[in-house]
Amino acid sequence: MNASVYARRRRVNALMLAATAACAAVSAGVLLGILGYIAWKGASSLSWSFLTELPKPVGETGGGIANSILGSVKVVGLAGLMGIPVGVASGVYLAEYGRTGRFAFCVRYAADVMNGVPSIVIGLFAYALVVMPMKRFSALSGSVALALIMIPIILRNTEEFVRLVPGTIREAALALGVPRWKVAAFVVLPTAGRGIATGALLALSRAAGETAPLIFTAFGNRYWDQGLLGPIATLPHTLYNYAISPYADWHQQAWAAALILMAFMLAVNVAARVWLRPPSTGAL
Amino acid sequence: MKHFPLAAVILLAAPFARAASLTGAGSTFAYPIYSKWSDEYHKVKPDLQINYQSIGSGGGIRQFTEKTVDFGATDGPMTDEQIAKAGGKVLHLPTVMGADIPVFNVAGVDELRFDGPALAAIFMGKITNWNDPALAKLNPGVKLPDLAITVVHRSDGSGTTYCWVDYLSKVSPAWEKTVGRGTSVNWPVGLGGKGNEGVSGLVAQTPGAIGYVELIYALQNKMSFGSVRNKSGKFLKASIAGVTAAAAGAARHMPKDYRVSITDAPGPNSYPISTFTWLLVYPQNPAGKGAELKGFLRWMLKDGQAMAPALGYAPLPATVKAMVAKTVETIQ
Amino acid sequence: MTAAAGERFGDRIFRLSLAAAAGLILLAALALAVQLSWASRATWAQFGPAFLWGRTWDPVAGSFGALPFLYGTAVTSALALLIAVPLGVGSAVFLTELAPRRLADLLGFAIELLAAVPSVILGLMGVFILVPAVRAVEPELTRTLGFLPFFRGAPYGVGFLAAGLILALMILPYITTVAREVLRTVPPPLKEGMYALGATRWEVVRGVSLPYARSGIFGACFLALGRALGETMAVTMVIGNAPDISASLFAPGYSMAAVIANELAEAAGDAHLSALIAIGLALLAVTVVINGLARLMIYRLERRA
Repeated sequence: MNASVYARRRRVNALMLAATAACAAVSAGVLLGILGYIAWKGASSLSWSFLTELPKPVGETGGGIANSILGSVKVVGLAGLMGIPVGVASGVYLAEYGRTGRFAFCVRYAADVMNGVPSIVIGLFAYALVVMPMKRFSALSGSVALALIMIPIILRNTEEFVRLVPGTIREAALALGVPRWKVAAFVVLPTAGRGIATGALLALSRAAGETAPLIFTAFGNRYWDQGLLGPIATLPHTLYNYAISPYADWHQQAWAAALILMAFMLAVNVAARVWLRPPSTGAL
Repeated sequence: MKHFPLAAVILLAAPFARAASLTGAGSTFAYPIYSKWSDEYHKVKPDLQINYQSIGSGGGIRQFTEKTVDFGATDGPMTDEQIAKAGGKVLHLPTVMGADIPVFNVAGVDELRFDGPALAAIFMGKITNWNDPALAKLNPGVKLPDLAITVVHRSDGSGTTYCWVDYLSKVSPAWEKTVGRGTSVNWPVGLGGKGNEGVSGLVAQTPGAIGYVELIYALQNKMSFGSVRNKSGKFLKASIAGVTAAAAGAARHMPKDYRVSITDAPGPNSYPISTFTWLLVYPQNPAGKGAELKGFLRWMLKDGQAMAPALGYAPLPATVKAMVAKTVETIQ
Repeated sequence: MTAAAGERFGDRIFRLSLAAAAGLILLAALALAVQLSWASRATWAQFGPAFLWGRTWDPVAGSFGALPFLYGTAVTSALALLIAVPLGVGSAVFLTELAPRRLADLLGFAIELLAAVPSVILGLMGVFILVPAVRAVEPELTRTLGFLPFFRGAPYGVGFLAAGLILALMILPYITTVAREVLRTVPPPLKEGMYALGATRWEVVRGVSLPYARSGIFGACFLALGRALGETMAVTMVIGNAPDISASLFAPGYSMAAVIANELAEAAGDAHLSALIAIGLALLAVTVVINGLARLMIYRLERRA
């Protein structure tokens, strides 16, 4: 072997590997930059009263976003109650019964398309579906919009994890004479349970960060909500309203709200990660 | 654990508080003052919550027409066609006034004077350099650099834009013919920034830029801005007094439906790019709502007006206030 | 006998209820398409398919054409892919082939977390950090690469370039994560064979891993793209929002999702609203096509595997 050729190959090797390391460093560095910037801008306005009080009118300092935090919990929670069962059930269907076939193909396709629809269009859809017939803005309509965003994510994730369950487990149960539906519900589903739960959690966290679909549905509220059939404040929506206002004080609060939102996202993602060691592609 | 979903449903469905409520939507420009009024009125009348959301004037008109809200709010009056679609009977109630101002970024120049035709020419792309003779004539003694002009406008549809182009349409026939009035228009030149910050951010960052923002935004953020020549030939910087003066002329000839434009208003102290903002209310309301609305509007005229200047809005002139008070009493 | 029939009955109920849930998403997608078509019927009736290649967007005169928005969406998406694919695949190679497990998990997690940053926040940072940075770099690009038409023009900062960068940031986590997954599935014997022949690590990556993972990565790119097309808030804040078609990447442009986000709330006229929804429908159609291509890629991958 020619020594100079070998040296050149080693140089190329080192160069290209260093380049890949740089790629990873840049990609991860961007996140650190974003987190740092938000923390820097938001931390100064963060206080206990910011988390527990209602908003103060403009011109008075202080006040909080407690109603928005509770509102986000309610709207996202209700969206989860609607979206998770549907998403998980359809994911199980695709993995257990629909590996091939036209119907399954269409469902997968529809899920991917829904995933790519701008969230503001999903909001319009929920407006036509829920707000118009009821003639009122409501937390419910916001939850429907968010559920529509969550379902495709959960569906694809569930399908992947159910597929990963080894066939031998199924066969063992079936061989014992257990009906297929019981195998699916009580053997396969629990085995894939952690992965599915993680996917659901990540879908919830994505829904929790959406603003656009809530403007024409959940609508927002300066006060505590009046139940699920009335308008309700949510964290990203309040953040948006404050960010576009002309007042410096509200801008400050918008950054603090962003910090809270980011902290929540971080917590959910870390929890999901700790809960489930091997990471997945499911969230796509 | 078994009952977890059930418990969750109950928890979620439980209202946190119960009170009578009025829901309104529309103008982003008026959001701060309306939310302030909502809070203050809540202190006076704790059993009523007024929830106002800034979804944009166009959205406000649409939701008001669809009756998904109890009242609407807009910076540009509804057209006859829109009123017909809303059932033919709509009250426009002016609440406060505001103004648009030109902001610019020319190194070494803090004060600039503009007039209507010059602004129209700049925003049409006819004047493209800061050393243009038309600008030099308006600004004797100011050393204007040889620098290309970058026009910055709002990208999102907005009442601010409506007021700006309404003014340009009045002072420039060419503008009225080729661009016209609207909350979104087909801009001949320039960059679009989203919201006031988008525009002010772009202007601040781009050498040679000119844009327009709301007066409140400039006052709150301590921005410097240009003066504009009014109908009497006087160069004025926007101020609450100038806006009030602009409304004074209109106040004398206020039409019964209050749909009036006060851009390019007469009077020596009138700032020419001023506008009313309106609440939209139906004369006939569902049981209970009418009385609540009437109560709030009475309070808004009596006590609420005093809160406007602190937030950068001009309060209604006394004559207009008296007129609106009469109209409010007709609401049922 | 009855027991068996009962089992079969149970199976059937179970399968049908699952299928019903799956049908719901299909139904939702169809209902969405129908609703968008219905709400935009006035625009299609007035302009017909020419709406898609009309170049004016004049809400005052009521004359609408979608071409500038289609063009802007295409350019920014292509730019985003051009930036994010090498970066994402490079990161994935590093994470799977080189980095120690702990570090790989940590970095991989950080990159995935990018997907969780709400787009309003990304947009605000885009205005205050990315745009000034782009403006500072643009004259330099003109000086070195100005012979190409893409790098000419006034350095505004906002424009296709800034929007492409923001979009790249948004699709980066998807490409990285999926590329990493696919690279993991490369059978070790293949790589070991190469190593046994004396290949360097990079040669193994280039000769075995990447070709093996190619289809999967392509598919992932398309899926990420399908999603990026619909991102609104962040793009709106940095693209410049001018419905112009220009070759320069420095020029301000517009995208389909951005115009919907900008004008929907204030669209007072019915014709205007209808035109915006028609853009939404066109965007839906683009998403369907992109996803179809992605599906084709993945289908090829699965058939080979």
